[in-house]
Amino acid sequence: MPNYNLSLIIPEVFLFLWALFIFSYDLGTKRKNADSIGYLSMLGLGITAILLAYYHGGITFKNMFTSDSLALFFKIIFLGAAFMAIGSSFGLASQKIKNHRGEYYGLILISTVGTMFLASANELISLYIALELVTIPLFVLAAYYKDDKASVESGLKYMIVGAFSSAILLYGISILYGLTGTTDITLMKLHLSIVFLSYGKIGPALLIAMMMVIAGIGFKLALAPFHMWAPDVYQGAPTPITAYLSVGSKAAGVIAFARIMAGGLFAFADDVMKPLDWGMIVAIMAAAAMIIGNITALMQSNIKRMLAYSSIAQIGYLMIGMLTVTEIGMASVAFYMFIYLFANMGAFAVATIYSDKTGSDNISGYASLSKSSPLLAAAMAIFLLSLAGIPPLAGFAAKYMVFAAGVQAGYTWLVILGLLTAVVSLYYYANVIKVMYFTPHAEVGEKLHPPVAAGIVLAVGVAGIIFFGVFPNSILKFAFGTAKVFGFF
Amino acid sequence: MVDFPILTYTIFIPLIGAAVVMFLPKERLNAVRWTSLFFSFVPMLLTFWITWDYFFNFSGTADFYYTEGPVSWIAPINVYYHLGVDGISVPMLFLTGLLSFLSILSSFNIVNRVKEYFVFFLLLEAGMLGVFCALDFFLFYVFWEVMLVPMYFLIGVWGGPRKEYAAIKFFLYTLFGSIFMLVAILILYFGSEPSTLSIPELINSAPTFLTHGMQLLCFAFFFVGFAIKVPVWPFHTWLPDAHVEAPTAVSVILAGVLLKMGTYGMLRISWPMFPDAVKFFSIPIAILGLIAIIYGALVSMAQKDLKKLVAYSSVSHMGYCMLALGAFTSVTAITGCMFQMISHGLITGALFLLVGVLYDRAHTREIAAFGGIGAKLPVYTGLMVLFSMASLGLPGMSGFVSEFMVFVGSFTSGIVWFKLITALAVLGVVLTAGYMLRMVQRVFLGEFNTAKWGGLTEINAREVITVAPLAVLTIAIGFFPAPLSNMMKATIENLVQLIAR
Repeated sequence: MPNYNLSLIIPEVFLFLWALFIFSYDLGTKRKNADSIGYLSMLGLGITAILLAYYHGGITFKNMFTSDSLALFFKIIFLGAAFMAIGSSFGLASQKIKNHRGEYYGLILISTVGTMFLASANELISLYIALELVTIPLFVLAAYYKDDKASVESGLKYMIVGAFSSAILLYGISILYGLTGTTDITLMKLHLSIVFLSYGKIGPALLIAMMMVIAGIGFKLALAPFHMWAPDVYQGAPTPITAYLSVGSKAAGVIAFARIMAGGLFAFADDVMKPLDWGMIVAIMAAAAMIIGNITALMQSNIKRMLAYSSIAQIGYLMIGMLTVTEIGMASVAFYMFIYLFANMGAFAVATIYSDKTGSDNISGYASLSKSSPLLAAAMAIFLLSLAGIPPLAGFAAKYMVFAAGVQAGYTWLVILGLLTAVVSLYYYANVIKVMYFTPHAEVGEKLHPPVAAGIVLAVGVAGIIFFGVFPNSILKFAFGTAKVFGFF
Repeated sequence: MVDFPILTYTIFIPLIGAAVVMFLPKERLNAVRWTSLFFSFVPMLLTFWITWDYFFNFSGTADFYYTEGPVSWIAPINVYYHLGVDGISVPMLFLTGLLSFLSILSSFNIVNRVKEYFVFFLLLEAGMLGVFCALDFFLFYVFWEVMLVPMYFLIGVWGGPRKEYAAIKFFLYTLFGSIFMLVAILILYFGSEPSTLSIPELINSAPTFLTHGMQLLCFAFFFVGFAIKVPVWPFHTWLPDAHVEAPTAVSVILAGVLLKMGTYGMLRISWPMFPDAVKFFSIPIAILGLIAIIYGALVSMAQKDLKKLVAYSSVSHMGYCMLALGAFTSVTAITGCMFQMISHGLITGALFLLVGVLYDRAHTREIAAFGGIGAKLPVYTGLMVLFSMASLGLPGMSGFVSEFMVFVGSFTSGIVWFKLITALAVLGVVLTAGYMLRMVQRVFLGEFNTAKWGGLTEINAREVITVAPLAVLTIAIGFFPAPLSNMMKATIENLVQLIAR
């Protein structure tokens, strides 16, 4: 009888039970629970975070559940993303989905459980199942405005693409299993190394497997050229769900990619053992993502679409760190994702508050926002400038890390391209600031009063961006610690 | 006095001021104004004290003084908080402290969104002071970029009719320049062993670990970043837009301090760090300087707008700095470059202030609209003529000293081509005299249009106070350049030796 250390999965189990509690609470109160259900969901996330602080560090179910520092780091990101998504949902929960709040919050929590399992998965099957658990609730959530064509379209598109990409990923996994006879990522790496050292080559099957995995996860990440679905889905989905998609679900893709490619297939990105280098493939994809994302974002007049394209580009930047597979590189990936959480969730939160009030997502509507709601406008400006990477905001430190990793690993051309597109990105980020601050507007709109929870989200976002921009030390050390998980230094 | 972190105080007092002003009620305009003035007055006094103390105690040596740190800031990537000043940064600090105070004083007539204006201005001041003190690349870069955001807002919110265009153009141009700088910084970081971001350490070690090709590349990357800021022809096109659209005080800061950061960066970083590249590029740099001198002057001559004229004259005057920087072998030339930076800051700052004074009253800056103002506004005219003369290099004022030093230095620098380039550059002085005198003649002399300008009022006391210190300094440096040059001498000699490596 193997010794299963069940205490490691206590946070996940708790969050799952809490999600069930949220469903039943909604029924028990006959759906007349006002904001309390939202606060309860946030409370559940908070308790999960505390549990996480106690129960982490170790391996259970053989290698299927690895609670290492990398998992811990990403779980914090996932909990933060869910917290901020729920926090910014209060306005729309009390208007558009008044009668389905329980399912809404509960499904976000369920998806978060999935992300947490994913962060710990160091085995291909559990990784795949966790990834499905992340995305299936999101199909429902994307289509949550069931009377709204755009939202239904969004959910349907997301489901089709999601199912398709999962199939591709699964196919890749099956080839990897066929090659190595195991689904354990560590053992897989070992087997491949032995085969490679014995025979000097592995053969095209590995290349196909890599392509499948990259494509499968690339869809989840909306990494170019697999990004086509993202803008439509992002535009149609309820804004907080869009935010969660662009941060939580992307972070899920990032950790899956890191576990399989950087953790499992890393040996083949090294100079000594280099039968099939995936670094260059990803570099080209990252370059395409940065170019397509940033250039297309220039032409958007809808804030959600603009942020959708911007998030495509942001993942491109992040992949620069990933493809180097160095200590700085992996640390920069974790750090970038962490900072991106604050900036992107914050920007979407402002968009949510605005559209709750006016029903519009048009950037031109933001005119005179700096006069009517100066704090909201200032917060938006800070989020956008951080996304653009202007110091001393945290987005700069994050970009600096990623680019440093790129230069160190010899991808200077990619770094220069990244920086050039970052200049392009400044144009559309600054455009929103221009509309808010510079454009003269005849009438000053009504002052927007965000719900308390949304105010908390904004405060957390702004504080995080400024604090971690000026003092990134603590979190950066943590990020460097997570890089040790890959164990090649 | 080593224990007192004077540079930190100098940089962060404006920042604290910005925070304080942010929490003042926005209706109380005078409270906002005077608080801001106070928070720029204190750093000004501190920069004066640094200048005084440095002059009497440290001016004979080339080391960094008032150093703070290195204190570990971001440990995993070896970033340190490291400040210090030497003979080339002290005068720049002085200039920044003075011009920031005067600009804030001159901004008392801003009426739209007063509170935000001063918050951004104080943020800007903190960034500028930081650039001149930073000795760590990361810190330097952060300060360098921090200024862009307040500048963007200051132009974009309080600027003229085409403010939106000018603001984003400025922002994009400068960011474009600095990204190349960032790549070069990363190359240096990973090239050095052990990896460091310390500017003094890299000055010592960069020529040893960089190959010739890499040196040229890094130099070029830094050059793009700095040249856009100067701005060196052909990177100058953001400048006329930004200058013309910016509110008066912001133009003063742009011309007086921001442009100097480009040349300061070259002297502090590029020149000593990449000596081979400087030798390789010296003639092209001087030619760029020459083009800027002549082109800037010719374009100024064609301007109908008073502010645009002054803006293009900046392009021309900063060209002298580039010419001097090309003549890297000559201590005189480099000293001349520093003199030109300071003198241009004083003179052009004052010219922008004065143009602003006129614009506030007449609501136009078109040269052709005026005429004979001299009779109506004698004090104003006196000041304007004084600074125009200083700008065209009349002996007895700082402009003459600096231009003379630049010419002597570059002529005697020992590189044959420089004799020709210098000879051509001297033409710039004539052209400057041409457009400046023509402007004076058309605006202040001639027939006075009583019907149109009869209501113009004389420059008021506050406005005189803003330009008077600049006038005093311009003349003082013109007559007694020795104290200033003594202060910088040791640092510049050391610099020239470093380049000669």
